Amino acid sequence: MEYFVIVIGSIFVSNIVLAQFLGICPFVGVSGKVSTSLGMGGAVLFVMTLATMSTWILQYYVLNPYGLGFMQTIVFILVIASLVQMVEIILKKVSPSLYSALGVFLPLITTNCAVLGVAILTIQKEFNLMEGVVFAIANAVGFTLAIVLFAGIREHLDLMEVPKEMKGVPIALVVAGILALSFFGFTGLV
Amino acid sequence: MNQLQNFTKGFIKENPVFVLLLGLCPTLGVTTSAINGLGMGLATTFVLVMSNLVISMIKNFIPDKVRIPSFILIIASFVTIVELTMQAYLPSLFDALGIFIPLIVVNCLVLGRAEAFASKNNILSSLIDGFGMGAGFSFALTLLGAVRELLGAGAIFGFKLMEGDLMLVFILAPGAFIALGYLVALTNKFNKA
Repeated sequence: MEYFVIVIGSIFVSNIVLAQFLGICPFVGVSGKVSTSLGMGGAVLFVMTLATMSTWILQYYVLNPYGLGFMQTIVFILVIASLVQMVEIILKKVSPSLYSALGVFLPLITTNCAVLGVAILTIQKEFNLMEGVVFAIANAVGFTLAIVLFAGIREHLDLMEVPKEMKGVPIALVVAGILALSFFGFTGLV
Repeated sequence: MNQLQNFTKGFIKENPVFVLLLGLCPTLGVTTSAINGLGMGLATTFVLVMSNLVISMIKNFIPDKVRIPSFILIIASFVTIVELTMQAYLPSLFDALGIFIPLIVVNCLVLGRAEAFASKNNILSSLIDGFGMGAGFSFALTLLGAVRELLGAGAIFGFKLMEGDLMLVFILAPGAFIALGYLVALTNKFNKA
C-alpha cells in the first residue's frame, strides 16, 4: 500500500515535470518528436534509478556517520556526473543496440535537474532504500508520460496556424500550462 | 564589443530566460511571488559571478578533457556557500525556494556561461558577463514573479493592488507555464521591432 501511494503520487498527483518543475529543459528541448522523447524517457529511467540508489547509499553510509551532510550537493552532482560517464562507457561495450538508442541522450542527463532533484527529495522525504528506488522509477515514468504526451501535442501543433510571435516555444509553453491544468484533475487521489 | 554592451546584453537581447531559454526549472518553480523570484535571481547571480571569476582565473590550468567536471565542482562549491549562508540568515526564503537552491548546480545558465564565456575570456570581461547575465536572470524572474503574484494574489512584493475574484491558477503550476509563454512571445515581438 505504501508503495502504491508513492507510485500514484509521483506519476499523477505531483508529476515531476508538470507540478514540481524539474527537468523542464529536456521537456522543452527534446519534445519535438514522440520517438525521441521516448528515448529520453528511457535514459532518464535508467540513470535516475541508479543515481538514487548510489546517492542513498552514500548519504546513509558515508555522509551521515561522518557528519558530512553539508557536502551533499557537491557529492551528489559528482556521483551523478561520473555515473552518467560510466553508464555510457559500459553500455557502449555491453549493449551497442541499447547504446545507439539511448546514447545521444546520456550526456544531456548530467544537467537534467530531475535526476539530482529526485536524489535530494529521496533523502528529504526520509525514504528507505526500497522506497527510494520505487520513488525514482515512478518519477521517471511520470517524466516519460509528461514528455511523450507533450511531444504528441507538439507534433500536431506544428501544423496549426498560430500568431507569428507565438510560434515555437511560446505556444508550446501555453500548451504545457493547459496540460498541467489537466493533471490537476488528479489532485486528492492519494 | 565594449564592456557596457557586455553588461546590458543580458537584459533584453540575450536575456537568459526569455531569449536563450536557459534555467527554466527555477524560473517556473520559484516565481510564485516577486520576492521569491528576486531572491532566486540574486542567489544565482552570486554563483554565476563567482564561478565566472574563478574559472576565468584558472582556465589555463584545467586540462581540456576534464574541464566540464572541474566547472561543475567549482559551481557546486559556490552553491554550497549560498545554501549554508541562506539557511543561516534567511531561513524563510530558504524554505520558500526549497529544493531549487541546491539545484542551482545544474542550472544550465551557470554551466553555459562558464563553458561559452568564462573559459575563453579574461577576468574582467567574465566578471561583467556574470553580473550582466545574473542581472538579466534576476530581472526575468522578478518580472515573472510580479506578473503571477499580481494576477493570482492581486499584489506585487506583498503590496495589495487588486481585490475581488482573482485568477488563482497563476499562483499554481499551470499559470507558470502560461505566463512564461506570453512573456516569451512579448520579448519576441519586442526584439524584432
